[in-house]
This record gives sequence, C-alpha cells and structure tokens, in this order.
Amino acid sequence: MTTGAAHKSSTGKDLIVYACLLALAAIQFVIAYQNISTAQMLVRMMGVAVIEAGLAILFFMHLSENRGFRWFVLIFSVAVLLGLQYGWTDSFRLIDGVPWAK
Amino acid sequence: MRQADFSIHAQVSRSQATDLMTAPAFSVPAKKLAMWLFLIADTATFAACLVAYGFIRNATPDWPKPFHSITNVALMTLILLTSSLTMLFGVQSAQAGEKAKAFRWTLITALFGILFAALHLREWMGMVNEGATLFHNPWGTPLLGSLFFSITGLHLLHVAGGVIALFAVALKYQRGRYQADDLEVMGLYWHFVDVVWMFVVPLVYLLNLAH
Repeated sequence: MTTGAAHKSSTGKDLIVYACLLALAAIQFVIAYQNISTAQMLVRMMGVAVIEAGLAILFFMHLSENRGFRWFVLIFSVAVLLGLQYGWTDSFRLIDGVPWAK
Repeated sequence: MRQADFSIHAQVSRSQATDLMTAPAFSVPAKKLAMWLFLIADTATFAACLVAYGFIRNATPDWPKPFHSITNVALMTLILLTSSLTMLFGVQSAQAGEKAKAFRWTLITALFGILFAALHLREWMGMVNEGATLFHNPWGTPLLGSLFFSITGLHLLHVAGGVIALFAVALKYQRGRYQADDLEVMGLYWHFVDVVWMFVVPLVYLLNLAH
C-alpha cells in the first residue's frame, strides 16, 4: 500500500470510529431520559462510556497498534482505577447506617 | 579460550547490553512513553475526583438535580469529539509530510478547544446566575456546587492548557523545531481530554438531569 493509500484508509477508519463515538454519546443522552432508577442509569451510562473510551484509546490514540504496550497501559490503568474503589462500602454505611458493623 | 576471544566476547556483550539499555520500552519512543505515563497518572487524578463525587452523591440523601437542558452539554460533546478528529487529521498530515495541512488542522483543533471552553464558561455563568457557587446553591446540599465546579474546572483547566500547548506545538512545528512525532504526542494529550469528558458528561451532567 502506498503512503497516500494508507493515509486514505486510515482517514476512513477514523471517520467510522468518530461516527461510532457520536452514536454512543447520543445513546448516553437517550439513557438520561429513560424512566429507570439512578443505579440502572449509572450502569448503562458507564457501560457506554467504557466502550467509547476503549474506541478512542485503541483507534484515536493508536494503542491497538502495539500489543505489548496495550497490555502495559491496560493493567496499569485498571489497577489504579480498581484501587480507588475501596471506599464504596463506606458511602453506603453513611446513608444506610452501619450494616457492615453488625 | 584465548585472551583475544575473551576480549571480542566482552565487546559483543557490552554492545548488546548498550542496545538493551537504549532500546525504547515496548518499542515506544521515549517522548510518547513519557506522555502515556503522564496520562495514566492524570487518569488517577480524574478517577479520584469522580470516585469522590460518586461517594458523596451516594451518601447524600435527596441529591439535587439542577440541570434542565442538555443542549449546551451535547454541543460541547460534539465539539470535543470533532476536535479529536481534526487532531487526528493534523497528525496524519504531519506524518505524510504535508506541513501546511498539519499546521492548519492543529489550529482548527485549538479553535474547537477555545469554542468548547467558551461554552463551558457560559454553562458556568448560567449556574452562577442561578445562585450556585463553590459553597452554596439554591437546590440543596452545597456539595453539589463544590463537586460540579471542581470536576468541570479541572477538565476545563486541561482544555485551556491543551489549547495553549496546541498553539505552541503548531507554531514550533511550522518553524521546523518540532517534528511529526511531537504533534502525535500532543494529539495523545488532546484525545485524553476527550476520553475524560466521556465520563464527566454522564456522571456530572446526565445523572443530575431533572425530568
């Protein structure tokens, strides 16, 4: 493939990813108007946001092109994000009393 | 083994060791790797803010829902996503050696960033006019204002910093001081700002939408 052809092919792929991101963002806005509980809304919106972020990271930030580095970033980021979740039980304790102390 | 063989062996080992020391990790250039490490650290910053927001929101009964319209935030999302695309075009043009095109796309990206920041400030002014500040708001818990302005403010700060950096990198690229890979590294930062927005919108705006 020549440089020009590769450039065109890459632009086409980027436009498809861009359209997908717009569609996913629109889905988030639709979910916001659904008549469901806040917890269900949160789960659905976060699910869509994770897919959106995945597409942007893999294709816009070109992480799909380097397998080894992709795993490095994924493991590192997921470890950091999971580490931040330790306090959720306490937020329920604050609102529901002290269920964990019983 | 003769002394000469030992010497050659030592030289080869030293050369292989030097190669190992100088070869970039994961075949990623040092500048790009440094940006990725910064972005991972910044992910932790934003995640900490959003988790703290979630914690407080979950632990606060009768959390207010002050947003009535999604028009502004939808427009801001469209602008930021489009700016990511124009940034990609800029990087691709730079990699193809089309310097003028790359410069133009990068400037367009920066202009989208300015537009996003202007809409963001308009959103803030609307909130302030309704009586919301960092420590007070007319809808209920004062924590809403604190969290809203802190999280969106941190993101806005990233956008403003990104716009300045985009202008600086674009100008230096045009003058020949920066190369296509510098523009690519800048692009990584800009896409990251976009990725963060994908989580800020549902958590801060859409979950607080009054029906």
